[in-house]
Amino acid sequence: MKPLLLFFAFWLCTSPAWGALDPAVIKQLAAEESDDKIAAIQQLGANTSREALPVLRALANDALFVEGDKIFLMDGEKAMDAVTGIEIQPAPETYESIIINNRIRAELTNAIASLRLQNPDREVRLVAARELQTNTGLEMVPIIDRILARETDAEIKSLLKLAHAQANLGSPLAAARLAAVEALADTASPSTKNLLLPLTKPTIEPDESVRRAAVAALKSIETHLAFAEYVGQIFSGLSLGSILLLAALGLAITYGVMGVINMAHGELLMVGAYTTYFTQGLFRTYLPAYVDWYVVAAIPAAFMAAALVGMLLERTVIRRLYGRPLETLLATWGLSLILIQAARVLFGAQNVELSNPSWMSGGVEVMAGLMLPWNRIVIIGFTLFVLALIWVLMQKTRLGLFVRAVTQNRAMAGCVGVPTSRIDTLAFGLGAGIAGLGGVALSQIANVGPDMGQGYIVDSFMVVVLGGVGQLAGAVWAALGLGVATKFLEGWAGAVIAKIVVLVIIIVIIQKRPQGLFALKGRFVEN
Amino acid sequence: MPTPFTIRFLNSLSRTGWIAMALFAAITLVIMPALHLFVSEGSPLHVSGFVITLGGKFMCYAIVAIAMDLIWGYAGILSLGHGVFFALGGYAFGMYLMREIGTDGSYHSHLPDFMVFLDWKELPWYWSGTDSILWAVVLVLVVPALVAYVFGYFAFRSRIKGVYFSIITQALTFASMLLFFRNETGFGGNNGFTDFRRILGYDITSPEMRVILFGLSALVLMLTLLLGRYLVTSKFGRVLAAIRDSESRVMFMGYNPLHYKLFIWTLSAMLCAIAGALYVPQVGIINPSEMSPANSIEIAIWVAVGGRGTLIGPVIGAALVNLSKSYFTVAFPEYWLFFLGALFVMVTLWMPEGVVGLWKRIRNRRAA
Amino acid sequence: MSAVQNPGTDAGSSSMGHILRPGLDISHKVILYLDDISVSFDGFKALNELSLTIDAGELRCIIGPNGAGKTTMMDVITGKTRPDTGTCYFGQTLDLTRMSEPEIAHAGIGRKFQKPTVFENHSVFENLELAMKMDKRARVSLFARLDDIGRDKIADTLRMIRLDHEADRPAGLLSHGQKQWLEIGMLLMQEPQLLLLDEPVAGMTDDETERTGELFKSLAGKHSLVVVEHDMAFIEQLGGKVTVLHEGSVLAEGGLAAMQADSRVIEVYLGR
Repeated sequence: MKPLLLFFAFWLCTSPAWGALDPAVIKQLAAEESDDKIAAIQQLGANTSREALPVLRALANDALFVEGDKIFLMDGEKAMDAVTGIEIQPAPETYESIIINNRIRAELTNAIASLRLQNPDREVRLVAARELQTNTGLEMVPIIDRILARETDAEIKSLLKLAHAQANLGSPLAAARLAAVEALADTASPSTKNLLLPLTKPTIEPDESVRRAAVAALKSIETHLAFAEYVGQIFSGLSLGSILLLAALGLAITYGVMGVINMAHGELLMVGAYTTYFTQGLFRTYLPAYVDWYVVAAIPAAFMAAALVGMLLERTVIRRLYGRPLETLLATWGLSLILIQAARVLFGAQNVELSNPSWMSGGVEVMAGLMLPWNRIVIIGFTLFVLALIWVLMQKTRLGLFVRAVTQNRAMAGCVGVPTSRIDTLAFGLGAGIAGLGGVALSQIANVGPDMGQGYIVDSFMVVVLGGVGQLAGAVWAALGLGVATKFLEGWAGAVIAKIVVLVIIIVIIQKRPQGLFALKGRFVEN
Repeated sequence: MPTPFTIRFLNSLSRTGWIAMALFAAITLVIMPALHLFVSEGSPLHVSGFVITLGGKFMCYAIVAIAMDLIWGYAGILSLGHGVFFALGGYAFGMYLMREIGTDGSYHSHLPDFMVFLDWKELPWYWSGTDSILWAVVLVLVVPALVAYVFGYFAFRSRIKGVYFSIITQALTFASMLLFFRNETGFGGNNGFTDFRRILGYDITSPEMRVILFGLSALVLMLTLLLGRYLVTSKFGRVLAAIRDSESRVMFMGYNPLHYKLFIWTLSAMLCAIAGALYVPQVGIINPSEMSPANSIEIAIWVAVGGRGTLIGPVIGAALVNLSKSYFTVAFPEYWLFFLGALFVMVTLWMPEGVVGLWKRIRNRRAA
Repeated sequence: MSAVQNPGTDAGSSSMGHILRPGLDISHKVILYLDDISVSFDGFKALNELSLTIDAGELRCIIGPNGAGKTTMMDVITGKTRPDTGTCYFGQTLDLTRMSEPEIAHAGIGRKFQKPTVFENHSVFENLELAMKMDKRARVSLFARLDDIGRDKIADTLRMIRLDHEADRPAGLLSHGQKQWLEIGMLLMQEPQLLLLDEPVAGMTDDETERTGELFKSLAGKHSLVVVEHDMAFIEQLGGKVTVLHEGSVLAEGGLAAMQADSRVIEVYLGR
């Protein structure tokens, strides 16, 4: 009986479309004996035609029914014949589902996996291969072997090889286990760690060479994982640093030009973030098809909004306090209170919800065990872009020239005809606008609420203090350095201690170099 | 003939000043306590416990305001993190108050409730001795002063000044707040200390205890004012003002600004700590939000509203701003922050000399 | 840390007697030595192997074009700037390059800046009191009392600088010339041995200038004075030895008339 069925199976493999399933094999699914059922399942599993899959799936879900000599699935009210796929008219009145037990269920899982791995669609095979990583038993080994022989896609092949090795860990042959351990040594995922760990113990693994290989493999995996974590921390540091840079750059510019520390700077970040939220709302209502691009539209909008608010603050309050930096601190703090309360009144005291556009969601796996999120990668790129723009602005345009002149020597710049008060306003607007861009970036990775800016004023100021005034490079290095240092310290001692240590380090550095790490020559921390 | 110390002390205040001080002493040490303790509640002359506690609170704030004026108005040092010393003093005394709860807490243990909740088996080392009020007082006087001294030493030595100094003090209080929010730090985490029962065995909510704390606050306020006046009218005060106006010039004359600034800074911190220690038993709670940067910055506005560099101005400013706060947060809670923010802006733009300065100008114009 | 190596002796002319203080040794008549002092700022050489000596009791005038290094020289003497190379001694024993600014002030060097830097919010009296030579430590100032001796000293100085009727006026309200005099008064209150005066008559009227000259001449002998000026008439009135600085070192030294005739000096400074 069996060889005949196998011949049938092979013949069926080459037949196209529905109707290629052997009715006899299907009928056997409803047989009395579990062994017979299993045999039928295994044959269907070796089948490459797609139609076998829904049948087997239905069977696994207790959704394959038998009535008389008909075997069918239910599609709503209609009964679809398992062999032909054609509707049975009229639908049978009474029927019962085919019973399966755990052993059959296990076979079904393997057969279904096997079928999916033979699907011409690559995506399906990829998903199936990934799923195999977490549950392969020894019995899958021959199946995987067979599929491996025919698979051409490199990624799927490597996944299958891994699954093969994992399955072979349970092999009775020491040589096979050894080979499996060695194959697994090159991976770097925590799950293979768990698989290999028992094999180091003599109570589980009798063969010493296998044990030794397992220990070596584990060490190799640990090294990989540690390295991945290290890289991950550097990335987090860069990500944090890029946010700090966007937040602090504006402050550095206004402080350099006007000697003003604006305590409402965090609120300019908030303005940018809320503008982004507002843009998202507009897109959702009026341009739902393009909602994925709201972030791009938010960039100029947030810049303008924050710049306008900033220039308004400068014209009404800050310019009247020129030369009185301590009073400016207090007055801008008052402005910050007003802005925060205004946000509360307008948008509510709770955080508002923003979702990443699809091209910023998810992440990319750069190495085993390390997934870098897209939104942070985009933000780092965005920061570089903004930095480049600012550099061009400062070095290549007239406005930039004037700003640099006023920063270095206000009195002289005024004497040679630079309109210092207008430059003040424009520089302030520029600084505010950059903060607004920082708000856009923040909105994609952090909560947006009325007092979101408060947490950034101290950090931004530390960047300015450390980096010195008048040079972009200073702010860049300071922001990146602070970001990376904070992340590493966090990993080592927790967030609070990290913050304190960073503060102490800054105080120590300022002792040695009061003008910051990169200040223009002759400019001091306080004049 | 050299002037004896007492005569110089008496010269600290003008005659009007002494009369006002005597009046204040009479009201706070005699009249109000009497009206609270000995007049029945129904009578219109009765001073309620609420008023006593509120008054005590305000007087503690006034002490802090004077402390701030000493460093800002007279030495030119704007600290935006002074609240940390106030809070540290409060926490130090709070430790004693927590021990005085004894076994009356929810868990009926000799450990404070929050420690039982964290599954701690015994008091950490820094809590030892806090069941003695004398030791608690020592902690109040020494610990914040030590923190201030060390911080001030490094900051002033590196000639950090002005805006940079202000922001670093803000970072100090912010970091301290984060530290105290952690449960592991052993100060009650974000709940802090509360639920006090006794001081020296006497019930903390009794009218007598309230009046004693109120009176103590008044006494300390008066002493602080006198100390401040003595300092600013002495040579020390003149040198300090010179440092504020031109530090490098003062150095050329042979003075070392570091020592002067360090002294006034540490003294100011100590005064804040004492104020905090008096404040906590009166309001019944201390938690890390006392260390928030916003709280510290508010101290600066009390001084600015009142008039910095006048000592009495900050007292008035503290009273005015806090009265407004009490009023607004009850009547128009949404508008309090608008009002406060606008106050910051208006006072710095149009009233740089504060209320006292305004009054002086009016008086001069009338005299002219 | 002190740069004092051995206590001073009282040898030398008796007119110095009451102003000598421990540490300052003028037994060899020279009160200030500058030896091969070089200072450069980012490659610009402000002082270039400058060497000069000032005798005790002398009234020396320093002239030279802008950028010659006059102010930098004073910065080095008072400790504001450290020289890259060279030595600078006050008397025989006090190494100024190793003392801090307050220490140098205490040792007896007083400086008057070009711009008046009086304390505007303090009264004239208070300005002089602050400057007065006394123990200036913080803990001492807490309990310091102004005794009659101190009051007399201040009164004397007030008379000398003709501000005795303005004693209670805030210094910020004085005229420019009065501020200059107040600052000279403050300098004298420090009882310095060596006075460094940077353009002391800048902005003064002719009358004030002449009176300043008289004051300086009366101070010389008991004090040593180094005056930097551009006003040739004033220098002539002072009558002291003249040193000409150029590009960071000494170009020529001698009487004013000799300098005015010296061709090198004419070329770089006085003009034809």
